[in-house]
Amino acid sequence: MLSFILKRIAYALPTLALISFFSFLVIELPPGDYMTTLQGTLVSQSGMSPGEARALTNQMREEYGLDQPFLVRYGEWISAIVTRGDFGFSFIFRRPVGEIIWQRLGMTLLVALCAHVISVVIGVLIGIYSATHRNTFLDHIFTVLAFIGFSVPNFFLALLIMYVLAFGFGQHVGGFFSPDYVIAPWSWARFVDFLKHFWIPVVVVGLAGTARNMRVMRGNLLDVLNQNYVRTARAKGLSNRLVVFKHAVRNAVQPIVMYLGVALPFLLQGEIVTSAVLNLPTMGPVFLQSLVSQDMYLAGSFLMLLAVVLVIGNLLADIALVWVDPRVSYD
Amino acid sequence: MIDTTRTPSVPQPKPKARSKSTSTLALTWRRFRRSTLAQIGGTFVFLLLLLTLFAPFFAPYSAAETQLGTVYVPPQRLHFVDAEGRFHPRPFTYALVPDMDPETWERVYRKDTSQMYKVNFFAPGWDYKLLGLIPTNIHFLSVEEGGSLHLLGTDKMGRDLLSLIIFGARISVGVAVFGALMSAFLGAVIGAASGFYGGVFDTVTQRIGELLLSFPTLPLFMAVSVAIPVEWPPLGVFFGIMMIFALLGWPVLAREVRGKVLSYREEEFVMAAHAAGAKGPYIIFRHILPNVIGHIIVILTISVPELILAEGALSFLGLGIQPPLVSWGVLLRDATTLETLGQNPWIMLPGLAILLTVLAFNFLGDGLRDAVDATSR
Repeated sequence: MLSFILKRIAYALPTLALISFFSFLVIELPPGDYMTTLQGTLVSQSGMSPGEARALTNQMREEYGLDQPFLVRYGEWISAIVTRGDFGFSFIFRRPVGEIIWQRLGMTLLVALCAHVISVVIGVLIGIYSATHRNTFLDHIFTVLAFIGFSVPNFFLALLIMYVLAFGFGQHVGGFFSPDYVIAPWSWARFVDFLKHFWIPVVVVGLAGTARNMRVMRGNLLDVLNQNYVRTARAKGLSNRLVVFKHAVRNAVQPIVMYLGVALPFLLQGEIVTSAVLNLPTMGPVFLQSLVSQDMYLAGSFLMLLAVVLVIGNLLADIALVWVDPRVSYD
Repeated sequence: MIDTTRTPSVPQPKPKARSKSTSTLALTWRRFRRSTLAQIGGTFVFLLLLLTLFAPFFAPYSAAETQLGTVYVPPQRLHFVDAEGRFHPRPFTYALVPDMDPETWERVYRKDTSQMYKVNFFAPGWDYKLLGLIPTNIHFLSVEEGGSLHLLGTDKMGRDLLSLIIFGARISVGVAVFGALMSAFLGAVIGAASGFYGGVFDTVTQRIGELLLSFPTLPLFMAVSVAIPVEWPPLGVFFGIMMIFALLGWPVLAREVRGKVLSYREEEFVMAAHAAGAKGPYIIFRHILPNVIGHIIVILTISVPELILAEGALSFLGLGIQPPLVSWGVLLRDATTLETLGQNPWIMLPGLAILLTVLAFNFLGDGLRDAVDATSR
């Protein structure tokens, strides 16, 4: 088992290296750099002459090492990450990238994880119901709802919920708190207010996953329920409940376990768009802003982290699968 | 997935004198026909493609037509019965008179029931070229001179939203369909070649594919689309987005095709082709790919809705299609603030267009997958 884990980690390492290089490359693709953006801002907003602005930004380029060739900058960036955990400097926030990411990642992960848990629990439960009540009226309803669930664009759903809450119920939407509670100390009322805002992104982000889990669970359980050992269990006179939950579900839930590791980055992806609509203080708006103004260390680091989370998630899922299912071999 | 296990007692066709075995295509078609949702989806997609092909014919207004007099007109109703209770076989709309709400000071439109404008079908209107070739000015739906016909309301520039959604379908569906087609082509060729030849090419493409797949798609699309230079003309941006979809999307299909090719490589019919002196590319395109074409079509169909959603999100965030061009995502950019949304909720309708289209493609893709999976086993 240990050698299997080590082997998998060894295999993941070159992938991680490639991911970091590719992230940096992608972020470097746009012509120019942050200083080009800054130069434009200086001229249009601070009233500098183009010559002055160019001189100033060139000086800053030198200061931050942006005039170095691509490979040198990549080397410095990645070695600082590996040796010191330093992700570089964010120009728009004038602070280290690591600080911004850690500050906002907490809320981002909380939204994504809550969405994840809900989508797995609800998805699996509805999936079990649908499979055991196949071709009933409710099963058909759930099938259509699932299709709608993964067809609705995140941002559209967020807009729709915002509209209904704001104009149908007169509730405050956007952000995590009503204006009254933003800087208030934690209290029960503030917590309730937080929950009133928090469920919106969780539902928006989790809907597609719920729909997907439900369909996967339904399909798998239907396959398993047709197998001989299930028939044997029924023939022995076991109760339907015992057959389904003890014998069938355990085997059908396997692909969901595999999906656990893969899902997180995709939930984060949903969170990025949703938080841009709902104006949440999470990673989404920061990532968007950093891309647009070419704040490359911030954008690159975040892009890389998304992929790293996916690779680690896959690794964990593989290990979990070997652990859960004795039939999967270590090789 | 829609339930393929049940086999209803289909009356078997009488065997003819020399009965021919049913072809795979016919079997697949028969399976496909069994799913209601897939047929609904297929019909919708077909109608949508017609709508995009003949967009100017179906659009009551030209997309470029901005009118300051008709900013944010709410959706207008078609009437059959007039104010005096008389029935008109041809629907009509009432005249709209711009007015001001005395309390909020906002612009509202009052219905003037004394002035009626008949709706015309197949009547001449603004000039366009059908399919870009045949100059004509016949439109499916228009209104009598002087009247207005905004069935889904208008946007902030006074453009007819229904027409914008119809023209937006061209861009939104076009970029997704062509992006998916190119990515499927790349994926099929790369996957087939790497499965068939193996070796260094296989290792390299597999690694690149794995790398691309280890990024969540949307953030990657976002990061790469920023690289499209601002100076590019809108149409250039359109092609840029399409290329991004193609260049980043091929690994899914390549992986699938590679697996299939690996399993077919050792089959007798490929050996026979080898023995008969056929060359590699000939065997791939002539003997192996036809066996995989079903899966290619399925993945193609499934990736179209994903790309429609991606285009919507990208354009909505301002990183995709740019404004002179109209796409559903671009149209939704106007719906970002709660104030505009509250007063003019109909500007969310392009989102509904995305939802329905993606839904239809998903129905279709799901039905196709069931049909292909069942017959290729």
